[in-house]
Amino acid sequence: MAETAVKEKEPLFQFGKKERQLLTDPLNDNNPITVQVLGICSALAVTSLVYPSVVMAVAVTFVTAFSNLFTSMLRNYIPKQVRMIVQLVIIASLVTVVELLLKSFNYPIYKQLSVYIGLIITNCIVMGRLEAFAMANKPWRSFLDGIGNGLGYGAILIIVGIIREIFGKGSLFAGSPIEMKIIGPTADYFINTTDSAFFGWYANNNLMVLPAAAMFIIGILIWIQRSYNTKLVDVS
Amino acid sequence: MEFLNTFIKAAFIENLVLAYFLGMCSYLAVSKSVKTAFGLGLAVIFVLGITMPINWVISEYLLSENGLFGVDLTFLRFILFIAVIASMVQLVEMVVEKFSPSLYAALGIFLPLITVNCAILGGSLFMVSREYSFSDSIAFGLGGGFGWFLAIIAIAAIREKIRYSNVPPGLRGLGMAFILTGLMGIAFMSLMGIDPAAYAAN
Repeated sequence: MAETAVKEKEPLFQFGKKERQLLTDPLNDNNPITVQVLGICSALAVTSLVYPSVVMAVAVTFVTAFSNLFTSMLRNYIPKQVRMIVQLVIIASLVTVVELLLKSFNYPIYKQLSVYIGLIITNCIVMGRLEAFAMANKPWRSFLDGIGNGLGYGAILIIVGIIREIFGKGSLFAGSPIEMKIIGPTADYFINTTDSAFFGWYANNNLMVLPAAAMFIIGILIWIQRSYNTKLVDVS
Repeated sequence: MEFLNTFIKAAFIENLVLAYFLGMCSYLAVSKSVKTAFGLGLAVIFVLGITMPINWVISEYLLSENGLFGVDLTFLRFILFIAVIASMVQLVEMVVEKFSPSLYAALGIFLPLITVNCAILGGSLFMVSREYSFSDSIAFGLGGGFGWFLAIIAIAAIREKIRYSNVPPGLRGLGMAFILTGLMGIAFMSLMGIDPAAYAAN
């Protein structure tokens, strides 16, 4: 490569092809859950309803984005031996912020998510991105990478949440202001199974409420994704 | 009796992996062979069993309102818990390196990663939110660790066998591990009958 002596200064915020890729890659080719297999821990338990999954997705996106940003800003000042501790402190402070915000603005959902908010700290995706990306890249790009990974993670959460809530409870967004009741045995529901001629046989699938259902759904999502995207297939 | 009850409940009925999805990252990554899974499982039992009582003392005597400082410091809980866990993991790492270099080599990167194993922090947070007593916290730590150990050994054994089966390409490896975990979760649910209270609640 012919490097000229006068190196052009890169603008602080630019949005080109590379940056766009940072945002879109984690949605499919490099999805945190189905491909990198990181951060499954803290999330699946909240997916039995859509609304908590959305809140969790937003919280995780916030934490990944800003922890990436701050770590990337500090990356030249962090000694190698103590980097884990420094990263954990950054993450833990951000998670504390999220926890306090949720506690003060939306107490019911805070109660519902309970320990899983705190578990964002040990969500491997946050730490994983810090190690893999933020320690080696400039702040703006790291920030985008954080948002992209948060979104890729959130997308899976919300898909799983939608499937589990529709089939398990017959509703969508239960607990939120835009609650929709779709199918169920009383008159509040859109399709009333007690006096409907077609849906009299329908009953909620209780398997979907169990934690195991999230496992099956993710397994099947991985299967679907890998059938389309054959380069991801495990050859070992 | 209370001790045994909490232990069994934590190990079988409310298994950290199968009922709460805690520690899934290392659970999926290290479960390719029984030998490494065994080592990691032991390390998790050890770290959970130690950190849980320490974190109980911290949250009871340092962070609560009637503790040492007389101020409600619960917002420091995350940072202090994770600091305790990180230092304990460092300790375990040094011990393992000293006494079993082969195990140390086999565990490799996953030993330091116990720090970010959600089961450890999750256990401590569950302990706080369920208001366990001191002896209960020890039982919960050991029982939760034991349950995690059982789960990872079981999945590692199944994955070792399933390598010779003809699984559809898209499902190979990870996809199959997820579905197996789901099936194991359902199997563990049948143990709910051990605890009459949990059985009645369902």
